[in-house]
Amino acid sequence: MTVTVPRARESAPPRPVRRHGSVLGNAGLYLATGIAAFLFLVPFYLLVRNALSTDAEITGEHWKFFPTDLQWGNIGALFDDSSVPFARSLLNSTVVAVLHTAGVLLVCSLAGYALARIPYRHANKVFYAVLGTLMVPTAVTFVPSFVLVSSLGWVDSYRGLIVPGLFSGFTCFLFRQYFLGFPKELEEAARVDGLGYWGAYWRVVVPNSLNFFAAIATITFINGWNSFLWPLVIGQDPSAWTVQVALSSYMTNQTVVFHQIFMATAISILPLLFVFLFLQRWLVQGIAQTGIKG
Amino acid sequence: MSTTTARDLADPAPAKPTPAAPRRGLRGSRTLNFWLFTGPFLIGLALFVYVPIGWSLYLSFFEARFTVTPEKFTGFANYTYMLTNPDFVGSLGTFTVFAAFIVPTTWALSLGLALLVNRLRFLRGFFRSVFFLPTACSYVAAALIWKMSIFSGVRFGLMNTVLDWFGVENIAWLADPSPPWYWVVIVSARLWLQSGFYMILFLAALQNIPGELYEAAAIDGAKPGWQTFRHITLPQLRATSTAVVLLLLIAAYQAFDEFFNLLSKTTWGRPPLVELYYTALGENQDYGAGSAGAVILTVLICAVTLLQGKFLGFGKGEGTT
Repeated sequence: MTVTVPRARESAPPRPVRRHGSVLGNAGLYLATGIAAFLFLVPFYLLVRNALSTDAEITGEHWKFFPTDLQWGNIGALFDDSSVPFARSLLNSTVVAVLHTAGVLLVCSLAGYALARIPYRHANKVFYAVLGTLMVPTAVTFVPSFVLVSSLGWVDSYRGLIVPGLFSGFTCFLFRQYFLGFPKELEEAARVDGLGYWGAYWRVVVPNSLNFFAAIATITFINGWNSFLWPLVIGQDPSAWTVQVALSSYMTNQTVVFHQIFMATAISILPLLFVFLFLQRWLVQGIAQTGIKG
Repeated sequence: MSTTTARDLADPAPAKPTPAAPRRGLRGSRTLNFWLFTGPFLIGLALFVYVPIGWSLYLSFFEARFTVTPEKFTGFANYTYMLTNPDFVGSLGTFTVFAAFIVPTTWALSLGLALLVNRLRFLRGFFRSVFFLPTACSYVAAALIWKMSIFSGVRFGLMNTVLDWFGVENIAWLADPSPPWYWVVIVSARLWLQSGFYMILFLAALQNIPGELYEAAAIDGAKPGWQTFRHITLPQLRATSTAVVLLLLIAAYQAFDEFFNLLSKTTWGRPPLVELYYTALGENQDYGAGSAGAVILTVLICAVTLLQGKFLGFGKGEGTT
């Protein structure tokens, strides 16, 4: 994959055909793209506008393009309101998304490596046991999973939020596919140096696969931060809410404070915008490699 | 590393000590290492994937309300209840309508965006990022913006404001199921969220089409535009297209977040997972019926995946769930 993409990019521009495309055609192209981009940005505009407006401006008689006075005080008001534990939910989401990502990388990469590279008689049977789980989407089994987790007494806990999601058959599968293509020579060199499987894995394989790990990590983190159904089921008590559950609760609150809802949403998106701006390279690579979220 | 953990995880290995022993060293250390590497994953997989599936099979044959250790065996009663329950059957209908809208529109929009971006020479990265950006938003955040601002049923919602400029009356987008305007809200929200993601897949595929094909077509007199698109680009994208359709279908099947948040407290527009949520975790806490529903959904999705694999020629492990 990593080999094909750069090569493809060089041979990519099938442009000669298009060279006699007129200036007019080009203008049309940019006009169409521009309109589409404008429409895609409208929700972000609304988010910022409403987050920094007063409720009177949002619900006013005439559409106000942008608030005259930016209400930065809305941020403080959001955290002062005790009806929804927003600060706590941000903390919860951070802990959950970070540990979720770390755990998935550790557990799934080890298993994927063994399935790809450690010859063992029954490895095939184990591999099919993993593949079989791909047939059943985890979202569909949330009822039985909840039954299990609640009988373990893990409701309203970080354990309950994090642990059941770590064992992704799909991520394990992706790691296996990746390690199948990992250069054997590097491992053999490590073996000559007297390292066992475990040592070779940590000293040679992982350090040489950081790009792939980063790609998977980015996607896993985004999914962890954005997931809703499982945290909704597990977070029964407000102290265990993640930020997505908190946002959802704003919508069903008795009193709707618009600027508060939008400020909360804006803040909840910020960490991921950061990920997008600075890690987009890995994200795009990860998507191209995996073809799926999560 | 530490031999103690290794031995713990290597549980199954000691069961057959004899074959490993003669060849000492390598074979033994391979077996041990295999279980050391896969152990944590497999234990978790068994406990959090296989056990719940088995347990839900078990629960589905019992009367299990407010309890997960039921005593009253009821045979297929939960299944007949769910399959004759108009809400559950209706939720399958809701999914069908949803899939019929969202799969073709996302496919077309993401392919269209990829074609546009692929042609750009300036600002290509910028536009790609713009279309890709919504992927950062959660379904909850999007549902919130859609419900509270764009498709707010009151006068100051963006859509109603725009419609007002053209003299159209306010529309209650979500609060009224007839006419079912709520589909516009749900489909547009998901389109915004996921098109950029599939655009990336199409872009990668577009860049893998060899340029020689276009040159050859030009020599053969094919006009750039529709002809080359129809006879070269589209066939070359076939594998990606089928993968995208399959992914979209599976994603639509698992739709929950935006339905739950956009249509909370309404009785219409409930897809299967929302229906299950209310069955199992609502007022009745009917785990038996909920489990039966989960089993039915699982069987359905397996059947669809297998059928698709058969007709669209997906091999094992092509990387598409």
